Formats: sequence, C-alpha cells, structure tokens
Amino acid sequence: MRVDGRDVVATPGISVAAALLAAGIVVLRRSPAGDTPRGAFCLMGVCQECTVLIEGRAERACMIAVRDGIAVSLRGPHAE
Amino acid sequence: MKVDLAVLGAGPAGANAALAAAGHGLSVAVIDENAAAGGQVWRAPAPSVTRDDADARDGAALREKLRISTVEHLDSATAWLIARDDAWRVDVARHGRSETVTADALVIATGAHERVMPFPGWTLPGVIGLAAATILLKANGVLPGQRTVVAGCGPLLSLVAASILKAGGTVAAVVDLASRAEWLGALPALAARPDLLARGALWRARIAAARVPVFHRHTVIRAEGTERLGAVRLGRVDAEGRLVPGAPEVAIAADALAIGHGLVPDTAATRLLRLRHRYDAASGWVAARDGTLAGSVARLWLAGEVGGIGGAAVAALQGRLAGLAAAQALGRSAAAAEAAQLQAGIARAGRAAAAMSWMMRPRPAMAGGITPETIVCRCEDVPRAAIEAAIAAGARDLNQVKQWTRCGMGPCQGRMCGEAAASLLAPHVGGRENVAPWTGRPPLRPVSADDLLGDFDYADIPIPAPAPP
Repeated sequence: MRVDGRDVVATPGISVAAALLAAGIVVLRRSPAGDTPRGAFCLMGVCQECTVLIEGRAERACMIAVRDGIAVSLRGPHAE
Repeated sequence: MKVDLAVLGAGPAGANAALAAAGHGLSVAVIDENAAAGGQVWRAPAPSVTRDDADARDGAALREKLRISTVEHLDSATAWLIARDDAWRVDVARHGRSETVTADALVIATGAHERVMPFPGWTLPGVIGLAAATILLKANGVLPGQRTVVAGCGPLLSLVAASILKAGGTVAAVVDLASRAEWLGALPALAARPDLLARGALWRARIAAARVPVFHRHTVIRAEGTERLGAVRLGRVDAEGRLVPGAPEVAIAADALAIGHGLVPDTAATRLLRLRHRYDAASGWVAARDGTLAGSVARLWLAGEVGGIGGAAVAALQGRLAGLAAAQALGRSAAAAEAAQLQAGIARAGRAAAAMSWMMRPRPAMAGGITPETIVCRCEDVPRAAIEAAIAAGARDLNQVKQWTRCGMGPCQGRMCGEAAASLLAPHVGGRENVAPWTGRPPLRPVSADDLLGDFDYADIPIPAPAPP
C-alpha cells in the first residue's frame, strides 16, 4: 500500500483497516468536533471511525480489500 | 433491476431467504455491503487466511450455494433508501453509481451490530469491539495488538481470548461482567446445542492453559493513553454492573482492548419504513413480526436479528422460512411441511440463543455509572453531561436529545451511541421500553454524493434558448 506516500507492506485481500493495524498504524484520523485520535473500532462498516481516503475517495478502511499499490491517505495532521 | 424478491443483507438469514425463494422459482436480488456473503459470523476469510472451524465451513457452503443459484448477488452495495409505491423500491449505491431495484416482495435481514457501553478512553485507538476482534482474527488473520485485554460479557469473551491465543498472541486479561455462577446457571439451556458446549469448553481450556488472568464480576473503569491505548484499569462490580465502592483497582498494561456488551438489532431499515416495533427485554427495540416472520405491512418479512437476537443458526432457519413465505405469497407452491419443520427448529435452537443473549445483556446499572465527561456519541464528541443537560432542559425522547446535543447525528447515525443515550433517558420516562429509537431517516448509510449523481452532469440539462429581445 502507499500510505501518505510511504510504502507499507500489506497482505493482499485483507481489509485496509486490518493491514494498517498489522503495520502498527493505529491512529487513522482525528474526530472533527473534539480533535481526539481515532482508530478502527467496529471493523464491520458500522461505526465509520476508520474512514480515510482510499484512492481519493472517503471510504471505510474496514470495507476495502488491500490490492497492490492501493493509495491510502489518513486525514488530519498526518495527511499529505 | 426488477425482481420478484429483494433481500437486504447476505448473512445467514438473508442469503438463506434468497436461496429458499429462488429454489421455488422466484427471481431474487440480495443486496449486501460486503464483498462476499456470510454476514458477520460466517464472514468470508481473506485468501491468506486458512480456517477449518464450523463457522468457516458453514460460510463457505453458503457462498457456494449462492454461487451456483439463480440469485443475483449485489455485493459491495449500499442500500441507502427503501420506499414502497406499487412495489418495493430499494436504491443501491454500488460501483460509483446508484441503481434502483424494484421488487414485489422484500425480506429485511440486516442483522445486528455490537453494543459497547461508554467508558472513559473508549475512543482511544487500540480499543475495538469484541466482534471487531473476531473479524480481525478470523477474516484477516491479524491480532488486535501485542497484549490484548478482552472484556465485556457473553460468549464472545472466551471466543476472542482463545482465538488470540491460538493465533500466537498474548491475552493480558479476560474481564467478565458475569460471575462463574452465572455461567454455570446458563449451561442447562445449552444442552440442546452440544456443539456450542464443546466449543466453549475448548476455548476455556485454552485460556486456562495459557494462565490468562480471568476477572469475573469486573469491568473496565477506563482505558488510558494519550494518542493510543497504553493501559486498562479494572474494578469490581456487583451483579447489576455497579462499581463496588472501595474495591481495589487493577491496572493492566495493554495496547489493545476488545470489549463488547451484546448485540443491537440494526433496525434502520425497518424504522425508515415506519414498521411496528416492540420492546424486548433481551434484544431491546426490534421490528415486530408474526410466526411466519411477516412484518407489519404486506409482502415484507423480517429474518434474523432485526426481529430479535437469536444467533447465526436461528437466523439461517428464519431466512429459509421467510424465503418460503415470500414464494408462497407470490403464488409459488411452497411445502407447508418444510415451514413447520423450520419453525420447530427455530423453537429448539431458540432456548440456547436466549441463554446466550441473556449472558450478553448490558447490566442495568452500567449507564448510570457513566461519568459526566465520558464521550457517549463518538461521532460528535458529545459527553454524558451534555445529554443530561438536555434531559434537564426537558428532552423526553431520543429525537429531542439528538436535536439538542447532536448525539446520534454523526456518520454512524446513532448506531454506536443509541443504546447508551436511551439508557440515560430511561429513568426520566419510566423505563427503557418508553424510549423509542430514533426516527429512521434516509440515507440508511452515509453515501457519497458522487455515487448518487452517477453519470448525471448538470451540463447535460438542456437550457432553453433565451427569449427573443
């Protein structure tokens, strides 16, 4: 995966959320109202906490499978 | 797309409803958000994950049956609007555009999601649901963390702890709201499901063999850390989930906490359709259905958790029953004998399901114990104190709480905070059964405006020629 322009090794076919966790990337965004750090929470598409930009679209990272070279951009101060 | 039957959800209930109806000659479309059928319990593992447990086999068998059937499976599809004119109409965002499915009959099998009662620090990265942990482990082959605390209530505690150990991970502690005696009391109801008893015994043996500390009648007081979870603090509780004053606290270093307090039926679709709902002590607010699973309007059936938590086995039987009922209603000859058999099976499996649902229930004093500064609504960062202020100012139903505080107004659409907010309101209106769920509104899930527009372009709108001067 390309995460904020950086190469991250990931297993194809697992969810982007799982791959980010496996790579030690747990802070995915900050909450818009309270500006507190957030990571994947429900992993089943319900809570929306893992919403990041994937290939330029706002997507739940738990609902998108890793494929070779997939571009992920984390929101907040870590975003590109 | 025009079909005889549209099914919302491709889990054990929805997929079986689709298969049963298609088997009796109906044209069927099943709509599901995930890339593969199976729902949560029978979720398809990633290609890199090898599994050979009962749930994996059941899920694989279901997906194979769907593959060779005539059922049209709209995967990776978000149903965002349901309406009824002469027929049912379901609008589905998929592959970057929105399409309309019309159908003579509808089965809603939207399942359930997890309930996590709020506590300080539950928004920290590293804190996840118990069901979330099963998805990481069983579908992705990824551990929740280096050292995981597993907490909450119900059978998922042992499943998650044992799965982490089996995968080579470390469980720092198991923290169970229930006492040992409560678990022993639940055993007789499981007599009809020796398979579940055997699995439970195996999980417990694995946890004991790894010498994982198990804290019964304990809860997580708070999750600690700044940017991510660093430690979990535990305290002793009574049978109602109330912290025992003066009892010593226990701090456990951990980078992951998997925690859950049962399941909540996803009634967004049934609420949007203004169906009749009822309050059930074990499952909370559920969509009302009769013995044939028919909902409160014509040509609509409700299969699985949306009408009451029963687990995957019950959901699968209910799905078949709903599919048969739909086929019969549309003039196909469905075998009455099979329906009777399914109903008997549902009743048999129901006892074990009710016992597990009881073990998963949130304890009655938990909501009262939420501290004022604890975030209840994760999406909008609304603390308990703001909700209490709204109640003190006169808010008497969930919609008012939402309008006055923004609790439930964010992208999860109240799915994560609704249970806690309702429990906070309950003592002011005479009980939880007097707190109706939020009014259902479209879209059923957040959906991108680009998907709704699809190929539409404002530039394509013909502009009339200006009037002559």
